[in-house]
Amino acid sequence: AGDPAITEVQPWANQLGEGVDVAPYGMPSKYEAHVRRRDVPWLTADPVSSVNFTPLHELDGVITPNGLCFERHHGGTADIDPAKYRLMINGLVEKELVFTLQDLKRFPRQNRAYFLECAANSGMEWRGAQLNGCQFTHGMIHNVIYTGVSLRTILEQAGVKTNGKWVMPEGADASAMTRSIPIEKALDDCLVAFAMNGEALRPEQGYPVRLVVPGWEGNMWVKWLRRIEVGDMPWHHREETSKYTDLMANGKARRFTWEMDAKSVITNPSPQAPITHGKGHTIITGVAWSGRGTIKEVHVTTDGGRNWHQARIDGPSWDKSMHRFYYEFDWDGSPLLLQSRAVDSTGYVQPTKNELRAVRGENSIYHNNGIQTWHINEKGEAENVEIS
Amino acid sequence: ESYGLGREATPDEVAAWDIDVRPDGLGLPEGSGTVSDGEEIYMERCAVCHGDFGEAVGRWPVLAGGQDTLTSARPVKTIGSYWPYLSTVWDYVHRAMPFGDAQSLSNDETYALTAYLMYLNDLVDEDFELTKENFTEIRLPNEENFYPDDRLESAVWKNRTPCMTNCKPEVKITARAAVIDVTPDDPTAAHPTGEGTETKAETAEPATEAATEVASAPAVDPALVEKGEKVFKKCKACHAVGEGAKHKIGPHLNDVFGRTAGTADGFKKYSKDMVKAGEEGLVWTEETMAAFLAKPKAMIKRTKMAFAGLKKEDDLNAVIAYLKAMPE
Repeated sequence: AGDPAITEVQPWANQLGEGVDVAPYGMPSKYEAHVRRRDVPWLTADPVSSVNFTPLHELDGVITPNGLCFERHHGGTADIDPAKYRLMINGLVEKELVFTLQDLKRFPRQNRAYFLECAANSGMEWRGAQLNGCQFTHGMIHNVIYTGVSLRTILEQAGVKTNGKWVMPEGADASAMTRSIPIEKALDDCLVAFAMNGEALRPEQGYPVRLVVPGWEGNMWVKWLRRIEVGDMPWHHREETSKYTDLMANGKARRFTWEMDAKSVITNPSPQAPITHGKGHTIITGVAWSGRGTIKEVHVTTDGGRNWHQARIDGPSWDKSMHRFYYEFDWDGSPLLLQSRAVDSTGYVQPTKNELRAVRGENSIYHNNGIQTWHINEKGEAENVEIS
Repeated sequence: ESYGLGREATPDEVAAWDIDVRPDGLGLPEGSGTVSDGEEIYMERCAVCHGDFGEAVGRWPVLAGGQDTLTSARPVKTIGSYWPYLSTVWDYVHRAMPFGDAQSLSNDETYALTAYLMYLNDLVDEDFELTKENFTEIRLPNEENFYPDDRLESAVWKNRTPCMTNCKPEVKITARAAVIDVTPDDPTAAHPTGEGTETKAETAEPATEAATEVASAPAVDPALVEKGEKVFKKCKACHAVGEGAKHKIGPHLNDVFGRTAGTADGFKKYSKDMVKAGEEGLVWTEETMAAFLAKPKAMIKRTKMAFAGLKKEDDLNAVIAYLKAMPE
């Protein structure tokens, strides 16, 4: 008598497995085939200019695997031959310069972990609970360790003139992505990165070179970076006027809303990852981040915000990087209203969705960092809901 | 610190890449274009996605109208209703449009298209001409309604002490995502997602899927097929091919050879000329396809295919080989 998984000889204990080099670039176990980025087809006109989402509910720790980092393209993935890669610095500089990829790799390197969150993450939830799964409500984010060169170092080679107040990174792809960035940020912590999590950037993340703009909205992290122009005023290009401006209820719009405010979400349980073990010891886990610093505290409620508990943050607490939290409790099998609430190093407290709507209305698309609620029923199934 | 790396950019190199334009006119090249010139270019290159009057086809961006909608529940953000600066239109059209054929418009064509987009937004009359000289005199109506980020002064920013116990008396569920049911189904999900009861609340239409590349075993030159796949990138914005390909702006191209022109099953957006050509006996063969792709409008005068044609015979042969290698 006993568990046949133990008492019977299993095929993997009896037969030889595959040798080395069967997959020279390794793949996840075939039992993990459901762990993948996914899109929402009705969101956009065409997959070439669209977005897919990181499966946050399948991940743990704080680092996002390269193949699961969400994608957002405006003209598809550029296929750039690294031998033909060039980075140009021009505009208000002493010397307009061109670098090859090899040149860039000869500058002193830095390794830094940062989250990249699309400003439109949770944007489909402004008018109410809409998508069932944290992959869709919160999956336009990833957290990666970049290797690259300080943008400051690169700009210093060209010599920024005293009237150089803004920079404009430009992508080499068919959408020629451009954004205006104030010189203070450019000289602070931005990176010109060529590696992620130890390997070359993936094509969909900007191979061979992308800009890293820590804590600021993902659209500014220009992929396939080919040029940085220095100027004395912002360019007001499409992605900072028509898009990535926050329309308020009164019809006026905020612009240059760069920082990503503190935010958190419970990834397990969630609609794609219900509780399947029944009552008893239960682990609630999720992620929290702030574009303005580190996360100091995460609070978790199981009763819809009547009472809150300190969650345990485990793993590295890096500036502008994702944090992992856990809250463990004895589930009695009764329905739950789960929420998490982040507090960052500036003291900012993640607001409720209704607190945000009171200021912002429902039309602003971007920068929705409101508290997410999951309803857990007696069976352990989760649903995206909003509560009073 | 200087590392002695990189080299100076030549003036020609800077000119090739530095094509951006600013609201104060910096970067605008010499040139001009009229509304009527713009209309002609727009109909040929833009209307297929953006609609004859800028009203948009499917989920492609709406370019005109929407005035007085910014405070409504469904704001329509167009050049006329929302965009603050005309330079953004010129810059974006010139660097990134038409979708799938970026940087193919001349400076004069871009001036003309910008003029026509102003006309579609009731900003100028039909006899207007936009030039480098009059460009910066123009103001878009919504310019004054943008203001800098003021989140630090807003109510949600002010330092608050978060409540930890007995924070509210009772809690009710006020909205549920399962009722709306717009979450995509996941056939490979480890666990089923919530069952829905109603159909999509959004105005969204399902988008077409990307062509899946499928390897078959045709009796053709694989290198040529591979090259054709690259050439087909020019076509991908409008046409899908491969397993599961669906109609997009243009019909899917599976099994196109042997098909009578203008008869792809379920495709309703053919031009009258294309349907007529089919009725008169045009069947897609390697020869007729090569002739069409070389100069579409020479063969089908008012075809809706907004594509100038493939100039190189190598590209023509390659893309035909690629299409032929696709599944039957």
